[in-house]
Amino acid sequence: MKRPSWQSLLALLLCLFGGVTLPLAVAGTALPFSGGESAAILLLLLGSVALSLSNMPPVAGSIVLFIAVHIAAFLLVIGIAGNEGAARLSFFALLLAGWVLAWRLVTILSAIRPATRTGQRLLSFFIPFLFGLWILILWEGFTRGAGIPFVLLPPPSSVAARFVTSLPILVADVEQTVFKSTLAGYLIGCGIGFLVAIWADRVPFLRRGMLPVGNVVSALPIIGIAPIMVMWFGFGWESKAAVVVVMTFFPMLVNTVAGLAESGHMERDLMRTYAAGYWQTLFKLRLPAAAPFIFNALKINSTLALIGAIVAEFFGTPIVGMGFRISTEVGRMNIDMVWAEIAVAAIVGSIFYGGVALVERLTTFWHPSVRGG
Amino acid sequence: MTAFREKIIPVSVVVLVILAAWYAFAILLNAPFQTDINKRLDQKQDLVSFVESTWAQRKPVLPAPHQIASNFFKNTFEVRVTSRRSLVYNSWVTLSSTLVGFAFGTILGALIAVGIVHVPALDKSFMPWIIASQTIPILAIAPMVIVVFAAIGVTGLIPKALISAYLSFFPVAVGMVKGLRSPEILNLDLMHTYNASRSQIFWKLRVPASVPFLFTSMKVAVAASLVGAIVGELPTGAVAGIGAKLLAGSYYSQTIDMWSALVAGSIVAVLLVAAVGVTGRIVERRMGSRGA
Repeated sequence: MKRPSWQSLLALLLCLFGGVTLPLAVAGTALPFSGGESAAILLLLLGSVALSLSNMPPVAGSIVLFIAVHIAAFLLVIGIAGNEGAARLSFFALLLAGWVLAWRLVTILSAIRPATRTGQRLLSFFIPFLFGLWILILWEGFTRGAGIPFVLLPPPSSVAARFVTSLPILVADVEQTVFKSTLAGYLIGCGIGFLVAIWADRVPFLRRGMLPVGNVVSALPIIGIAPIMVMWFGFGWESKAAVVVVMTFFPMLVNTVAGLAESGHMERDLMRTYAAGYWQTLFKLRLPAAAPFIFNALKINSTLALIGAIVAEFFGTPIVGMGFRISTEVGRMNIDMVWAEIAVAAIVGSIFYGGVALVERLTTFWHPSVRGG
Repeated sequence: MTAFREKIIPVSVVVLVILAAWYAFAILLNAPFQTDINKRLDQKQDLVSFVESTWAQRKPVLPAPHQIASNFFKNTFEVRVTSRRSLVYNSWVTLSSTLVGFAFGTILGALIAVGIVHVPALDKSFMPWIIASQTIPILAIAPMVIVVFAAIGVTGLIPKALISAYLSFFPVAVGMVKGLRSPEILNLDLMHTYNASRSQIFWKLRVPASVPFLFTSMKVAVAASLVGAIVGELPTGAVAGIGAKLLAGSYYSQTIDMWSALVAGSIVAVLLVAAVGVTGRIVERRMGSRGA
């Protein structure tokens, strides 16, 4: 018999406490938990505790544990909807028991070393997924269970509902903020940064003068120029694009200049023995060698560009855009809409970043950092 | 002497070129308004006085550097420090929430990094989220944090510091995890041959190895938390702070005020980053690093 884990023991204690202090919700609510529901939740959790204490085979056991714990959590979360603020201590104890069991599950899964690549990949996706899922479950359970006012923190289910019902608005906002301001600014800013870097690289005097300036400017709160740009270029997307241009220019400049210095003397001498000209050396040797640095800047800039466009919209926009929506819906206390917009920003941000990373993998497949991973 | 030739001359030339371009753009951008005034007042100016007056408007499109400098000087040194107009006062408001948030974020980030390095379950489940969260525009939550906290009666420094803490937490956590993992197998094996305990390995090998990584990521974090504090001041409706100065300036088209607030913010940023860098160098030297 192996030593029982602290998670299993804690879950057992929480289950016993929850079982003793039943019912789950205070008497007299609109939709109380039925006796069957409460019993099912308790049995599922206790069964999971027993399973996690036994010598279960890791894979099959984890699957059963996953299903049992999540049905129990699902029943708890579904049951509390409509009974906002009516949860008793028993409810929170059982919810926490489910969480602790999920932690046990993650610990077991983390120790599994799958033999196949697919297994590894599946696991490296599934474990973070469980973590995210439990953030949502706890968020839902605690906001509804404790009856936290809607304007403070809406439960994720109502954010999701809001997301679905206001899809056209969200799409219009993305179109304005991402496809107009961010992309235009990003392309122009990165493009100019790249060209200036190549120019600076050709003139050593310029490089020595510009690099320190660029490094200092990279640390400044450039976002502060947003109100000035709004004044110059008006409320439309052009002013946001201008902010994005300034924000993305310096990281691109600094990284590209660093990247162009990356190719070694040996390789450059080899190009000279081939009688290659400046442009041939640039395109065939130095730019490919600089690619990891350039992509690094492109990735940093993908996040910066979105931040720049959204924050610039706080200073004034037409009546569409993600930053505009966030600042006005906050003012109207429609916090669920704000969360929906933040979810959209998160999705767009990761797609943007992921896209750049994908292009990087496809174009710099020869680089050790990509080949090794 | 080589440092002078290799660095100071090129940098000053670049700065001078930027300043010259700035003056030129000031003429270009402010000229339409000046011609308009001249037409209305029915006055004629020769070229020199025309250029001079484009550099001396009260609400120029692009203020000339000397206008910003004199406004900055006036609001920094000539106004009482406690006054609402004083840039020192406003910078202090922003700086205090930046520092509080930065301290909290750094401590939290370091603690979480320690957890991630020692608990495999946290590493597998939480670390991917920390990395993914770097790709999303977190700053977008700033207005909501401010307004929600105002709704429960918490205003002032705490909500802004929370945003700063949130923004500085991610880079520190990522850098610290990298740093705590930087000791190689060889070093770890040596500790094993000494029969070192887990806590000894942690304090005598992992922590010293992580210090350079910590300070590098703290430089990023401190700049991010300043931006967080500035943006956090926007939705409160211009009470105090650099962000509030910017917003008030944009309401009343006080362009010179806005630019000097920007200058103040930039100086604060440079000082913060430099302070972190100098502290890092001192700490590393005390710990016996020979420097790269």
